Amino acid sequence: MQSLLPHLERITGPRWVRHRRAELATYAMDGLPTRESPPAAVVMPGTREEVIAIVRELHRAGVPWVARGAGTGLSGGAVADPAAVMITLTRLNRILSIDPARRRAVVEPGAVNARLSEAALPFGLAYAPDPSSQAACTLGGNVAENAGGPHCLKYGVTANHITELEVVLPDGSTARLGSRGGEAWGPDLVGLFVGSEGMFGIAVEITTRLVPLPRAVRTSLADFGSIRAASEAVSAIIASGIVPAALEMMDQVCVRAVEASIYAAGYPTDAAAVLLVELDGSEEAVVGDGAVVDNLLAQHGARSITSASSPAERARLWQGRKKAFGAMGRLAPDLAVQDAVVPRSALPAVLDAVGAIGRRHELVVSNVFHAGDGNLHPNISFDRRDAQLAARVHQASGEIMEACVAAGGSITGEHGVGSDKRDYMPLIFDAATLDAMCAVRRVFDPLERANPGKVLPIHACREWRAGGVA
Amino acid sequence: MSDAVLTRLRALLGSAGVEREADGLPRATPDSSESFAQVCHVASEEGWRIRLEGQGTWLPADAPAELALSTRALDQVVSVSPADLVATVQAGAPLDEVRRRLADQGMWLALDPPGRPDRSIGSILATATAGPLRYGFGSVRDHVLGCAVVTGDGRIVRAGGRVVKNVAGYDVTKLHVGGFGGFGVITEVHLRLRALPRADVTFTALGPRDRLAAAARAIGAASLSPSALEMFSPALAAEAEWMLAARLTGTDSAVVGEARRLSATGDVTWQQLRADRSAAFWGLTARAALAGPITLRLGVLPDGLEETIDLVGHDLDEGLVSAGGMGGLRWTGTTSVERLRSLRRAMAAREIPMTIERAPWEVRREIGHFGAYREGVGQLVSKLREAFDPKGALQVALEGSG
Repeated sequence: MQSLLPHLERITGPRWVRHRRAELATYAMDGLPTRESPPAAVVMPGTREEVIAIVRELHRAGVPWVARGAGTGLSGGAVADPAAVMITLTRLNRILSIDPARRRAVVEPGAVNARLSEAALPFGLAYAPDPSSQAACTLGGNVAENAGGPHCLKYGVTANHITELEVVLPDGSTARLGSRGGEAWGPDLVGLFVGSEGMFGIAVEITTRLVPLPRAVRTSLADFGSIRAASEAVSAIIASGIVPAALEMMDQVCVRAVEASIYAAGYPTDAAAVLLVELDGSEEAVVGDGAVVDNLLAQHGARSITSASSPAERARLWQGRKKAFGAMGRLAPDLAVQDAVVPRSALPAVLDAVGAIGRRHELVVSNVFHAGDGNLHPNISFDRRDAQLAARVHQASGEIMEACVAAGGSITGEHGVGSDKRDYMPLIFDAATLDAMCAVRRVFDPLERANPGKVLPIHACREWRAGGVA
Repeated sequence: MSDAVLTRLRALLGSAGVEREADGLPRATPDSSESFAQVCHVASEEGWRIRLEGQGTWLPADAPAELALSTRALDQVVSVSPADLVATVQAGAPLDEVRRRLADQGMWLALDPPGRPDRSIGSILATATAGPLRYGFGSVRDHVLGCAVVTGDGRIVRAGGRVVKNVAGYDVTKLHVGGFGGFGVITEVHLRLRALPRADVTFTALGPRDRLAAAARAIGAASLSPSALEMFSPALAAEAEWMLAARLTGTDSAVVGEARRLSATGDVTWQQLRADRSAAFWGLTARAALAGPITLRLGVLPDGLEETIDLVGHDLDEGLVSAGGMGGLRWTGTTSVERLRSLRRAMAAREIPMTIERAPWEVRREIGHFGAYREGVGQLVSKLREAFDPKGALQVALEGSG
């Protein structure tokens, strides 16, 4: 490693290579509070050419590496083990171009999600995927994780908004995937690359779609006496054929945490669940569909419904949801933000099961999630300095995953597998499928040097045997 | 040779699952992913080449091979969940049959691919042939939550899942949707559904091509949100002029508002199709893709449509062309390998990918479904093929020979 550092310093200048213990501590964690491991060194390229030179140098030296954006990921995907070099991409943060006529933007991987929407705003456009960390997270990280967000219910996740990628493969060669228009050039390698969690290479140039801002938006807040009633209202809205821009649920623990915090939004603290329904589109659609939605909410037992169309009032209704994770900081020093998906029809039963798991392990579990697509976020408040408590959190998280899988769901809807969920992969994929994933990874990275140890359980990654059935 | 193959397949599948095609080729029609995998495994071991077939309505069944493998007996709608808007369907199920089953329960698969209405779901996925509805509902991949795939050497890979949002593991589904079977055969698929729209109306306008193209762009710029917006050449529309067709779906109030704004946008005169004619209209335009032996698509952006149509007209003929309001162009007709090659080169120079969606084997073999790859792509594609079909059993011309 020591012999490698001068080579890296020659590429970026010594200022952009960090290797002292104190400097590395900053990079020992991402948004996952339960995994901490400093890398061997951190290198911060400032240009696409430097990224290529660094990857080539690491390839030559046989050193594994982890690419990292803002480090806001919640699955431990951007944490490196002590033998690996971390390549942080936050200096590559330019928005290279915005083409309003074609509704495309070209950005560098370190560009911040929210900055892109701000840059597109003067043209009446926006970048649709809006993860909660959008003020900090980078588009390169979004591509790696296939990030979602509340408005993905209507507009789709990151994969739906990336048309073209220039990627640096782990051997330092480059490939241009997709096309400006979005049609695949050959098989859909952009689709395959998005969500590969930094294991196929580094996207150094990203072309995204931009979507027009809706003419009208209407947000409704409804509160319910039971989670089941709120869940049934969700199913009824979806079944009506109306596709809300967002359809979010918060449970009582979460509402109370918000209302006790500086982010208090006036949500009723005696409600078992609160639903936020946002409609957007033409004025007629928003008014017409809004009446249908309010009706469905009332039919399914909403105790009160507050609707708003002005930006200021809508922002107030959203405030509690947007700040929910911040407010939960009041409950305990650490928050394990879980992520799983279940079929919408299973929401009430799974939420019951999650509650029971929390009680059994004597943990505070709050739920704030994307109800419209069944994407749960059970959050467990804890203090990681308490080893026994942390062990119970780990145990409960595993049980929650099992409950979601048993209901026909998946272990992650938008946070990725990373290191946190790696051992749950066999819950949803059989050996042949995990083997196929290993084989795909080796197409991009035969030496397994890019983000090693993530996503694929180690024991699953045996040789892709010749002959499957026989 | 064919007798030995036939005997071996009958031992695997029983005599009901194996027959002889008109040209004497043994054809296996397994009725499960597992028996499908057994056939691929044996073929791969023996070095037999496999010709893949669905309902036989899209790609011609003409690839040279030792056996044909058909999804025809995999034609079941396995499950439908109205509350979750998800259906699990076997790959050989005909689209019209799936549509009927879904409509009975108030659901809709928002795909309107070119070709016959009884095309198999598997062929739509494998060729990623989306129709006009991609304007509002995205391309084929956006409707696929997961799938089971049998690899060339007989392994069953189950990618994705049955939930609408899922980032567990690599998204291997994306490789198979639009992979033309080159990375394995899709045998079962989990589809994302929508509620059957309450209102569904179609408007058409006739006029000179450039005026209609400008109108299509104006509709996009005005943030109107039709479900389909498609331009048809005169020959395809069977009219004297070009045609622009807009399909509005959704709730009554939304459709009424969109229709009003549509009529105020662009320098064209819209006519609303009678409700009973609308389905027939979209069915006929979809079928036009079968009017010639070759169908191709070009990934062009909306602002490049006119120039691209001119180029296609110059290199091939204007013939049967449809073009989406958000870009994407489909051409059907008769032409030579040389002309296709030259068009692909011209398109590549403009950064427009060209995919051969349908053609006789002698054309596919020469120029491939894909080609003129960009930097670094060719090597990735061949390594992916090697991973999923190590012995090259699947007789799929992803890339041409010349």
